[in-house]
Amino acid sequence: MTANLVVVGNGMVGQRFVEALRSRDTSGGWRVTVLAEEGRPAYDRVRLSAFFDGVSARELSLHTPDDGVDLRLGEPVVRVDRERRLAVTDHGEYPYDALVLATGSYPFVPPVDGTDLRGVFVYRTLDDLEAIREHARGRHTGAVIGGGLLGLEAANALRLLGLSTHVVEFAPRLMPVQVDEAGGSMLRRYVEELDVKVHTGTATTAIRPHGAPGGEAGTVHGLVLSDGSWIQADVVVIAAGIRPRDDVARDAGLDVGERGGILVDAACRTSDERVWAIGECAAVEGRCYGLVAPGYAMAEVVADRLLGGHATFPGADMSTKLKLLGVDVASFGDAHGTTEGCLDVTFTDPATRVYAKLVLSDDATTLLGGVLVGDASAYPTLRASVGGPLPGPPLALLAPESGGAGTGAGIAALPGSAQVCSCNAVTKDQIVGAIHEGCADVPALKACTRAGTSCGSCVPMLKQLLAVSGVRLSKALCEHFDHSRQEIFEIIRVRGIRTFSQLVTEHGRGRGCDICKPAVASILASLGNGYVLDGEQAALQDTNDHFLANIQRDGTYSVVPRIPGGEITPDKLIVIGEVARDFNLYTKITGGQRIDLFGARVEQLPQIWRRLVDAGFESGHAYGKALRTVKSCVGSTWCRYGVQDSVGLAVALELRYRGLRAPHKIKSAVSGCARECAEARSKDFGVIATDNGWNLYVGGNGGFRPRHADLFASDLSTEELVRYVDRFLMFYIRTADRLQRTAAWIEAMDGGLDHLRAVIVDDSLGLCAELDAAIARHVDSYEDEWRATVDDPERVRRFTSFVNAPDTPDPSITFEVERGQPVPALGERRPVVLGLPTMGARQ
Amino acid sequence: MTDTLTERWEVICPQELVEPERGVAALVAGSQVAIFRTYDGGLFAIDNRDPIAGANVMSRGIVGSRGDAPTVASPLHKEVYDLRTGECLDVAGVAVRTFPVRVRDGMVEVGAR
Repeated sequence: MTANLVVVGNGMVGQRFVEALRSRDTSGGWRVTVLAEEGRPAYDRVRLSAFFDGVSARELSLHTPDDGVDLRLGEPVVRVDRERRLAVTDHGEYPYDALVLATGSYPFVPPVDGTDLRGVFVYRTLDDLEAIREHARGRHTGAVIGGGLLGLEAANALRLLGLSTHVVEFAPRLMPVQVDEAGGSMLRRYVEELDVKVHTGTATTAIRPHGAPGGEAGTVHGLVLSDGSWIQADVVVIAAGIRPRDDVARDAGLDVGERGGILVDAACRTSDERVWAIGECAAVEGRCYGLVAPGYAMAEVVADRLLGGHATFPGADMSTKLKLLGVDVASFGDAHGTTEGCLDVTFTDPATRVYAKLVLSDDATTLLGGVLVGDASAYPTLRASVGGPLPGPPLALLAPESGGAGTGAGIAALPGSAQVCSCNAVTKDQIVGAIHEGCADVPALKACTRAGTSCGSCVPMLKQLLAVSGVRLSKALCEHFDHSRQEIFEIIRVRGIRTFSQLVTEHGRGRGCDICKPAVASILASLGNGYVLDGEQAALQDTNDHFLANIQRDGTYSVVPRIPGGEITPDKLIVIGEVARDFNLYTKITGGQRIDLFGARVEQLPQIWRRLVDAGFESGHAYGKALRTVKSCVGSTWCRYGVQDSVGLAVALELRYRGLRAPHKIKSAVSGCARECAEARSKDFGVIATDNGWNLYVGGNGGFRPRHADLFASDLSTEELVRYVDRFLMFYIRTADRLQRTAAWIEAMDGGLDHLRAVIVDDSLGLCAELDAAIARHVDSYEDEWRATVDDPERVRRFTSFVNAPDTPDPSITFEVERGQPVPALGERRPVVLGLPTMGARQ
Repeated sequence: MTDTLTERWEVICPQELVEPERGVAALVAGSQVAIFRTYDGGLFAIDNRDPIAGANVMSRGIVGSRGDAPTVASPLHKEVYDLRTGECLDVAGVAVRTFPVRVRDGMVEVGAR
């Protein structure tokens, strides 16, 4: 006999419930219908923000096809008729024997003026995110109302969309629910360093539209705050909390909680015995849970009950660990220290910017909870230890990475019953069991145990457990190759492979993609395969390498001539100025001490470079994964503090390594004294002059996660220095992963910097002769790609607007003038600058 | 397959100008079209406009494959499109238009609609 089960909602919890029920309902006792409001099947809302990091909607999908489930998307339930036992939509009526409400929650929108303006969004669905992305295009400023977890995610999204971003939080600190005051202020330091402006202890009193003539009526212009200040914002995201969606249940006369939510008992059953509620819409014994893990637990309870079991909701672990704006934040157990007589152990390190707090029982033997900001590597071990004895001395647990193998030892020491994945309640024993049954990588473990499939914070632990069990992780580059970049490098080198087609036919499958093709192109170039755009190699290159210029948002390119060491003659400066003027290019000084010329159309590139090459310029390789610049301070030639000729060395290094293709870009700098004006320690390799020679630093970078380079060797002669840099670069090129900067490469290396020193200085691998020879080949065979291009009419032919209309420039590329220079015309979408009179965009 | 439905074929260029696994841009009845040749010799034509970034750049993407599908990746943010259908394989619901394309007498022709 079959009964009808209707599920209202296809969010994460609704989906989990259906999967749990279907996997256990082996006799097919329930005929399942899912009625969903959104037009797409269930997706991973916890990782929603990854959408802005380039993770596709498809990758976020949780949908698994199941012929036994009638999934009706875009068909929300508007009413439940409990007497006739019908779920009613605009399209029909669905009879039920059991009804499961998984309607989730809706974003709370504060009652202020202007929330209905164009450009004001909430942050809940993929549709919301797509609308935000669409509206943000060409706009420049944004604000988020709410500085909690979701608000900071939204702020990061706006940053990634290129907006100058503000966060407004009513509470006196960021993430007030999860972290304490000291943790909040550490978090604030991180966030502000990313140029997100933080306003705490402040309410938004109104959202205002453009008012002045020429502005867009009905479109948001900014926020008025409770302290009277004004924030300009072209995009406003409201992330001020969520409320359970209990309207359908309320209208059907079901009991609801005092503060909202569909009231259910520990079995997740509502006041009607045929109706159940799970997830964020449910108030279990009066309490709502806004995390996915308790929702999953409720889904399991109801699935069990519908199949005759007696499960009850076990209560919930509200621990969270997230990476917000690149900062690790975690809170677990009694994070705020509300247990009577509890003790705090805190650790604050302003240098590494880490804050950590452990809450202990009054006799300091039992771990009750804690907060981690800046480094949450100890989180899995600590969370699993809540309620039990401390897994080590508190300071050793908190001080990040101090014990070297600290976290690894923690995992081995963890009891088998400890939960590794708290979202899905998976224990260490279950994971180790799955590994022994043949799960050999993280995706297999995810499929088999569900660990790591929700928030993902335990994935590093899964990897460690795999490593401890002796399983090696796949390093496959992409679907076309099972090899890592390093393995492909060795295959090409050892077998003397010259083309991608030969490589993919003999060692891979398919026809490649935007991941493996540029990687192989780079390897072929590193191995000295000549001009990068000849023959089949041309088809491997990213557009930047293909046109030897950097593509910009409107499809034009920027041009960067090499200016070694940042040293340039007046005559050459004048040439750059004349070229920019004659081709109507926007000019900007770069951080690498050169000049970037923007707005060149494809067909103009050879003409521009003809002029530059004739004046003695050559390619700056700004478009390549290659050496960019060697920046320098003016050094002992002029500077009264300088102790060595930093400009001379920088010029020599830049000319030596120009054009050298690598797994990622390479930056360098030389400072003429310890004052370090060239900022050499923020570079992949940096040189700082000493009284006795040069200090060499390696593994620094700026970017998303700035890192200072580490001292590799001191007081080197110029000859020694060059030899070490030669080997460092060639070893990096041979062994690093695709798009791995030197810092990450060294960090991932077994033995780290000491190992690197042994390889380069002591020749511990016997590789040095080979590395030296490879660099010598590079130096001997270097030719300027742009001269080689403009001197060859056949190569110039690629630079065409339209193959059938080479004299017609792309008509969609247009410019307007900003601060006296051409910039891409964005029409009315261009915002005005705060503090100036509002004016029409095109004047 | 679409020959009978296509009202007019526009001659674009000699076929050797469309190199294997590269694209070219062409103007067809005022529209910008990106024409690609795959490794096995197949010809495909899609809208040159990247529907996500809004710039006319698709002809400059990397041609490859995903599973059985011949693909091109947008050079701006690398979303991958199925050359046969125009469907974006990374962002659900996004697609580019496709155009009929053929070779006659050594010349590439695109169907203008």
